[in-house]
Amino acid sequence: MAILARAGADALRAHLAGLPALPPHTRLRGPEIGLVMLRGRMGGDGAPFNLSEATATRCTVEMEGRMGHATVLGRDLAQAELAAAIDAALQSPALRGPLLDHVIEPLAEAQAEARDRTARRAEATRVQFFTMATMR
Amino acid sequence: MYVSVKGGETAIGHAHAWLAEARRGDPALPELTVAQIEEQLALAVDRVMAEGACADRGLAALALKQARGDSTEAAFLLRAYRTTLPRFGYTLPVDTGAMAIQRRISSTYKDLPGGQVLGPTFDYTHRLLDFALAAEGLDPPPPAEAEQGAQRMPQVTEILAQEGLMAPDAPSNAEPPDLTREPLAFPANRALRLQAMARGDEGFLLSLGYSTQRGYGNAHPFVGEIRMGEVSVEIEPPELGFAIDIGDMVVTECQMVNQFVGNAEAPPQFTRGYGLVVGQNERKAMAMALVDRALRAPELGEEATAPAQSPEFVLYHCDNVESTGFVEHLKLPHYVDFQSELEKIRAIRARWFAERTE
Amino acid sequence: MTPGFDNPVLGAQSSFRAMLHALSHPGRIIRLADLPAAPAPLAPAAGAAALAMCDADTLLWHDAGEQAAAWLRFHTGAPWGAPREARFAIATGAPPPLAGFCLGSDEAPQDGATLLLQVAGLEAAAGWLLTGPGIQHETALCVTGLPPGFVAERAALGALFPRGLDIILCADALIAALPRTTSIRERA
Repeated sequence: MAILARAGADALRAHLAGLPALPPHTRLRGPEIGLVMLRGRMGGDGAPFNLSEATATRCTVEMEGRMGHATVLGRDLAQAELAAAIDAALQSPALRGPLLDHVIEPLAEAQAEARDRTARRAEATRVQFFTMATMR
Repeated sequence: MYVSVKGGETAIGHAHAWLAEARRGDPALPELTVAQIEEQLALAVDRVMAEGACADRGLAALALKQARGDSTEAAFLLRAYRTTLPRFGYTLPVDTGAMAIQRRISSTYKDLPGGQVLGPTFDYTHRLLDFALAAEGLDPPPPAEAEQGAQRMPQVTEILAQEGLMAPDAPSNAEPPDLTREPLAFPANRALRLQAMARGDEGFLLSLGYSTQRGYGNAHPFVGEIRMGEVSVEIEPPELGFAIDIGDMVVTECQMVNQFVGNAEAPPQFTRGYGLVVGQNERKAMAMALVDRALRAPELGEEATAPAQSPEFVLYHCDNVESTGFVEHLKLPHYVDFQSELEKIRAIRARWFAERTE
Repeated sequence: MTPGFDNPVLGAQSSFRAMLHALSHPGRIIRLADLPAAPAPLAPAAGAAALAMCDADTLLWHDAGEQAAAWLRFHTGAPWGAPREARFAIATGAPPPLAGFCLGSDEAPQDGATLLLQVAGLEAAAGWLLTGPGIQHETALCVTGLPPGFVAERAALGALFPRGLDIILCADALIAALPRTTSIRERA
């Protein structure tokens, strides 16, 4: 779900394109846009407090008797519905393997690569202090 | 008091049409897209998002476009829009310790685990106008990338807490009050104060934070740490019964470290002020941390005399949507009020002149 | 799990409008147009009313069993609450003592609960004669399937006015409202 939540509808469609179409699903709830209240902790580690609301989109579908659920930050209705459908399909033993190979793993790799690039950029701005110990 | 008056509809219609044209500006120039605003006026977008208390960069960019760049008006638009959406629930508290760091600095320790990571900052720029930006220039070269990514960075306050030099924030999972559900009431606990400031006006908090440094509220703060980057957001939908990760959110966090002389119960140690803001907004996170610490004066047994130490003063005035509402309502017709004032002043003047001629 | 309204926004709005209409004209029978596939024993009208009115901020009491509980929780987000604290209540069978519901306070009588009470049938025919605000002369309403003693038990709450309980009778797709201000006279 963490991986689907970070992939837009276009990316999900692109990765699904190489697979046979998913079985049809019915919408049980949504896709609908709403709000979640983000929480932080005082001092980073103390008691929780309410920070700000954020938009989120959720969808619950039924596919061949299996429920699929997705909640994702943002307002991408198609992303939430596709993510819910994929969540349901992942519970099917026949569909799970191909979905992991063609959708989840490539997306996970791309996301890890993007995270790593940010981390390497940050590291490049780390200050390298010169020691002054030998100066007189 | 104000009364409703009719008759302005045509004028209002014409004013709105002119406003729409003024917003668009010279049609010979290409129109800004919302995506351009989101990407290229990113800090303005983040400010609107924080003050609108609705974290959604696309909506904040749209609000800025509609508001012609007026950030308070844009925050107002965002606040109005959020009321049309259902509340799905509360997230788990975000773990800023596990943040994917873009920037992290400390002014208390030079060498700290993870180091000083500058990130995309204005600090160290020369504040010289860059006329190359006025000419449509070339894309900037890509920033440098290290071989290895930045390592996990412990929070500075953890380091101080390990030595017992930092007053801990008691770990707790007490359900915090929510300003969007219950109106502001006093006494306001720290959770409520932090929520109000997180959505408060940056300029107001900046001025108050500054006032604590200049002697209005005895503060001697150090920046223990500022960090900015993505945190993952998790919710626990009741129908699932377990937590799911719903995406990343950029936040800016500031830990201010302040002296505390100690009292009968607590030994002398450092105390902290805390600032947390959605988006990239270091100035606001710092100001919020200063004011948070100032507002803690009573609980730490300090004398509260300055504006920044008064919860009523800070919280009643930090919300710019509320402030602008009450200030700008003075534009509404007050004809009847003013008529009574006129009559009163005429009567008093008549008496004044009568007394002088006697 | 079955879906809620076909169109959540329009379904909630039309149900809200129907309930407003019903409460403005006590005893008048209103047919709800948008009905969700509410699981038994929930009547479709009670399901529609709950979807329109309840959310995460309203405690909901009901006696409709586990399947309906999951459906209500899923579509409305409303947490379950005891009769004393619930803002909305759904009774598919004989309700608990009416005086045991939240009746509001003299300062905030609007906090009184709304009870969706399922009955076997509603008919604009001889049975009760209703009078009170919203009724010009009298409204006739025939209700079948109510627990014995209901009218007397409800009338006893009248002494507490402005505190009280507003009741919406639900039968299949029909609703009829009995706000706390309506008096019921039973025809002999």
